[in-house]
Amino acid sequence: MGLRKVAVVGAGMTKFVRRAQETAKELTYHAAHQALQSCELVMDDIDGVCLGTAPDSFDGVHMKGEYLSDGAGAWGKPYIRSYVGGGTGVFAPIQGWYHVASGLFDVVLVVAEEKMSSYYPHAQAAFLTIFDHTTERPLKPNLLWIFALEMNRYMHTYGISKEDIARVSVLHKRNAVDHPAALLGNPDITVEDVLNSEVLAWPVQRYDVSPVSDGAVALVLAAEHVAKRLTDKPVWIEGVGWNLDTAYWTNRDLAYPRYVEYAARMAYDMANIKEPRKEIHIVEPYDPFDYKALHHLEGLQLAERGEAAQLYIDGVAERNGDMPVCPSGGLLGVGNPIAAAGLMKVAELFWQLRGEAGARQVPGQPRRGLAQAWGDLMQVGTVVVMGR
Amino acid sequence: MNERVAIVGVGWSGFRPTTPDVSYKELMYEAAVRAYEDAGVDPRSDVDSFVTVAEDFHEGTSIFDEYTPDQMGAVLKSMHTIPGDGLHGLATAYMMVRTGHFDVVALEAHSKASNILTLPDVTAYAQDPVLNRPLRFNTHFVAGLEMNRYMYETGTTEEQCAHVVVKNKKNALKNSSAAYGADLTEDEVLDGPPLSWPLGKHETAEHADGAIVMVVASEEKAFQLSEKPVWILGTGWCNGSASLESREWGGIEYMSKAARMAYSQAGFSNPRGLIDFAEVDDIYAYKELQSLEALGFFAPGTAGPMTEEGFTQPDGLLPVNVSGGSLGVGYLLDATGLARALEVVLQLRGEAGSRQLEEVEVGLVQSWRGVPTTSGAVAILSN
Repeated sequence: MGLRKVAVVGAGMTKFVRRAQETAKELTYHAAHQALQSCELVMDDIDGVCLGTAPDSFDGVHMKGEYLSDGAGAWGKPYIRSYVGGGTGVFAPIQGWYHVASGLFDVVLVVAEEKMSSYYPHAQAAFLTIFDHTTERPLKPNLLWIFALEMNRYMHTYGISKEDIARVSVLHKRNAVDHPAALLGNPDITVEDVLNSEVLAWPVQRYDVSPVSDGAVALVLAAEHVAKRLTDKPVWIEGVGWNLDTAYWTNRDLAYPRYVEYAARMAYDMANIKEPRKEIHIVEPYDPFDYKALHHLEGLQLAERGEAAQLYIDGVAERNGDMPVCPSGGLLGVGNPIAAAGLMKVAELFWQLRGEAGARQVPGQPRRGLAQAWGDLMQVGTVVVMGR
Repeated sequence: MNERVAIVGVGWSGFRPTTPDVSYKELMYEAAVRAYEDAGVDPRSDVDSFVTVAEDFHEGTSIFDEYTPDQMGAVLKSMHTIPGDGLHGLATAYMMVRTGHFDVVALEAHSKASNILTLPDVTAYAQDPVLNRPLRFNTHFVAGLEMNRYMYETGTTEEQCAHVVVKNKKNALKNSSAAYGADLTEDEVLDGPPLSWPLGKHETAEHADGAIVMVVASEEKAFQLSEKPVWILGTGWCNGSASLESREWGGIEYMSKAARMAYSQAGFSNPRGLIDFAEVDDIYAYKELQSLEALGFFAPGTAGPMTEEGFTQPDGLLPVNVSGGSLGVGYLLDATGLARALEVVLQLRGEAGSRQLEEVEVGLVQSWRGVPTTSGAVAILSN
């Protein structure tokens, strides 16, 4: 028997906000409901549900997947939650993909949710518990600090300036103006604004970082024979890849994300992509920090090492450029409810490739896109390549 | 696509009430090394992808998947974590191999329950934070409610539930990996301290530490790697109502749905007569009876009497929990379903030692994720 093709046939998302009034369950419900409506399906049509959500500590609920199950539509259905830290949002559709590609399921609902505002006063404290309990936790590190280390290392290795990195934040936040669900769209932001924003942990400043957010996103995935019945415009999952590096992140050269490269190569192999720079038309790299978008473009083989900033300087990354980067507005602009933010990127590709992205639409009828997420201790890469 | 998928290697470490001499990483490493040796694979070159099963709060670490690759030989390989039961992990590995994109997948689950100083508080944190937590329900209290309702609806007696404890703890005496084997009488079980009436302390599985690793492969690879592949004929899993208020307390329809999913993959219309033995959920003794009924082995209300008559003894027509189950082996948190699956694999390979069943061809595994979940999974394995 041949390999089963899997398509995305529907997508929905909630607004990304700083502090949602809805419970986590309600957020998953709203996203799932919208995704079903977008392809005119009801829960009876769904064979199984996949959930992506990152640490339980945000909600303070043990077995958070079980808690969210009814909101996500899993009542009376096969239901499995997966996670790979911050990479979860792009992993959830991979999980949906193997559900359908296995032949056990024809139609699967994929939901990703994060409600970070429940953590009081600030979700950053939840990250204290991601570190090694013996060697690192006593030092009380937080994510801003370790990413500041990585940003510093990246800038130092390749001689990249803060000004060039700030261009990423500016483009993404401007792109987000056109996204109806965005939290931080800003049409007037400039490089100077980024450079003058509050220093959080040098070289990371306020506008270099995506915001703490609440939100949920859902997709409907279907096997080929069902997808063709449901829609004239299925978007196919052509390649998937994921890769996890050692937990001992302090032993790693932080200048280059090798795990992202390996994940990308896995996806390119599956999608039969030989020259990614020519064959990928839209890219949604993970951008919780502005330098991360550059770092990831290099890992994805879409730019030479140390040269991704040139894509922004030359305008290649703009929405009407040769390879638009984060036309959605990315995490920097739309917001970063962790797992939901990753899935938002996949949903953006779905809308862009179908020509349904409205004011955000990339010109030239793009044929293929890539979404990528990253997470854990600067450790995991997850990649989905989609095409029409 | 790979239609047929087999378990080609198993390894485990444990199971013991406490393991102060090893970390969870060392437990995982021991199990992994044994499984890779058993399957004859090198994780660095022969395993295409890795799956672990873990819950953050059990580990005391957020996004615990960070700490999984090193001891599994999975650094810079494709790997992900399922916060579910070991059987959800097995179903995941099964699906991945079936896609045709992966030939060999390694799967891990573990428990380091002895590390958790406040386990009752941690498990209580699984309850709805708004509606239930203010009521300060103890986990066993919720189980006691369910047991009471199950007994009321089916006519199952306390003696029948106690009989499950006697059987499983006695079975565990023949299992060198079991931590809680005992030779008890029904009266001793019933006279034990109560937890949440009608649930008694002896009817509740005690925690154990351990790790289990399995190597799962496509048909072609399975024949290359193993002389005794154990085939996965079907897997099923299902969730019921997440909230305590809106669920049915006596029956567990989600488990029946999970079973039907697995049976239909295996081509079974009915488990009776086709399945030779079963390893099922017995975190609480009544769950074994309730599960056997939901799985379709017995009509509602008859699992208890059949157990008393010896139907589920190792020499009965349907041996259940020959390993000792969770009551005898120990409750392994997220690894529970995989521990049950391990016993089925050993039995089907004829490697179960003094508790080996004769002429077994098809075994069923079933698990439940514990209070307050309605999350169940089933797998059917064959030699």
